[in-house]
Amino acid sequence: MRIEYNFAFFDEGSKREIRRATLKAVAIPGYQVPFASREMPIARGWGTGGLQLTLSLVGKEDSLKVIDQGSDESVNAVNIKKLITITTGIKITDETTEATIIQSRHRIPEIPLQAGQILVLQVPLPEPLRYFEPSEFETKKLHAEQEYSGAWLMLFEQIMNYGTMATGADHPAMVHDRYVMAPSPIPRFDNAKLNQSQALILLGAGREKKVYAVPPYTKVVSLAFEDYSFEIEAFQDKCCGLCGAQGVFLDEILDDLTGQTHYQCNDTSYCLQRLNNKSVG
Amino acid sequence: MIEFERPVLSVRNLNKQFGKGCLNCRGIKGDSLKKNYCPVCGTVYACQDITFEVYAGEILGVVGESGSGKSTLMQCLYFDQEVSSGEGYISSYRNGKTNVFAESSQQKRYIRNHMMGKVYQNPLLGLRVNFTSIGNIAEKLIAAGNRHVGKMEARGKELLEHVNIPIYRMKEAPKNFSGGMQQRVQIAKALSNNPPLLLLDEVTTGLDLSVQASVLDLIKTIQRELKITVVIVSHDLGVIRMLADRTMVMLDGRIVEHGLTDQILEDPQHGYTQHLVQSLL
Repeated sequence: MRIEYNFAFFDEGSKREIRRATLKAVAIPGYQVPFASREMPIARGWGTGGLQLTLSLVGKEDSLKVIDQGSDESVNAVNIKKLITITTGIKITDETTEATIIQSRHRIPEIPLQAGQILVLQVPLPEPLRYFEPSEFETKKLHAEQEYSGAWLMLFEQIMNYGTMATGADHPAMVHDRYVMAPSPIPRFDNAKLNQSQALILLGAGREKKVYAVPPYTKVVSLAFEDYSFEIEAFQDKCCGLCGAQGVFLDEILDDLTGQTHYQCNDTSYCLQRLNNKSVG
Repeated sequence: MIEFERPVLSVRNLNKQFGKGCLNCRGIKGDSLKKNYCPVCGTVYACQDITFEVYAGEILGVVGESGSGKSTLMQCLYFDQEVSSGEGYISSYRNGKTNVFAESSQQKRYIRNHMMGKVYQNPLLGLRVNFTSIGNIAEKLIAAGNRHVGKMEARGKELLEHVNIPIYRMKEAPKNFSGGMQQRVQIAKALSNNPPLLLLDEVTTGLDLSVQASVLDLIKTIQRELKITVVIVSHDLGVIRMLADRTMVMLDGRIVEHGLTDQILEDPQHGYTQHLVQSLL
């Protein structure tokens, strides 16, 4: 039996409500706007926030790229693409430059985003102060009063315990000199790409029912102390074992048989594109 | 013209009630008060018409039985509770000309972070017991705008040494400490910003006699060295005798006697104070 869905799965009223929340989020950079997160045909925590944003924004002319931890072909990415294709019939692409909407889990593509593109990030925990203050009521007050000691204290604790800021991902960032946001669990390597980005960046948390945004050309500064500066992951003297790329975010792959460590581009479509260009050349 | 010394803290007609009150409450308010609880509507008049001043370098003791309103008064002074009515002036805040109780919560937070320190009866209220001890001290420094890890660490070490916590335990969480040590970490935290005003709420309750003595000695030493102004609440007249220069006696939310500590203890005027002193002897 074939079930006919409305275009982009949602009814028009639902899409409008999400768009209104999105507009508010764009108007107040970094501010977490609550929205009525819908039940989705994927589980909470599997990207429902990002998916709802994508579905509310997508039009018939759009082309969509979905990545999960840098990969276009992971289970999560493939299933999201399948759902969107079935309910919209829009073009799906692996090319970052071709896509008008890029939904991503935990990465920003290596190829710089352009004006007119929209990056939708899936966020599991949108509240940067949650580990410091468990009460939602209190964190709202802290945001309102611009009281971010908690976010700084978490970093201070890391320095005391590990000698350095040890956020593997989701390093808190100050947006537009006003709100501290959790930039979804993107690696620190990608935090710099948020600053003055040409593309609109939307962050959606389905389980937590929050949407927030970094509009184009917005100042985003990763939190850092005067004597402990913010540093991205270093891949000095290392390059991708497949395409030879340097200065990109690399995956560390341990070969069980030989015991050797290899490095490979985390952004698979970027790596593939470089390989294709090489073979053509 | 003679210039009189300005009090560090001046409180005028502070009232705090829990509940809306009713027509019957009029009977229990006013000078003929016997109890501070309305049996009809259940409203509790925790603090009534509290007026006092504390001068630089002075220790003011607040003594009274359980439920007399001592801790509520301290909560109001530290902005943990909103006052129902009344005025408060702190000499270091806007030259002592602004009623701090009428300020916004953001300003109250500023005053608390820069001009006050508080040691709670229960260390769980004053400390983040899962964070490191030095992190607890740094929290107050960060809240006051400090962003230099090295300086905060040095200040934290200095304070922990001062309160006799071994430096090698600075990265341990206070949950692993004894009650006395937790109180000492609280004292270090409260002193971190060199506040002109320190509020101590039943700091020795629940500690054994030898630890009580060491905490009291510590407070006395710190007060002498730093010339800090202290308001100390206790139901233990021994603590008040040892520390306080002046003492207020509270009963049912009101100040029933106020004077020099020696005078209060040697020649109590109010029946309740006489009863208290007799119980001590």
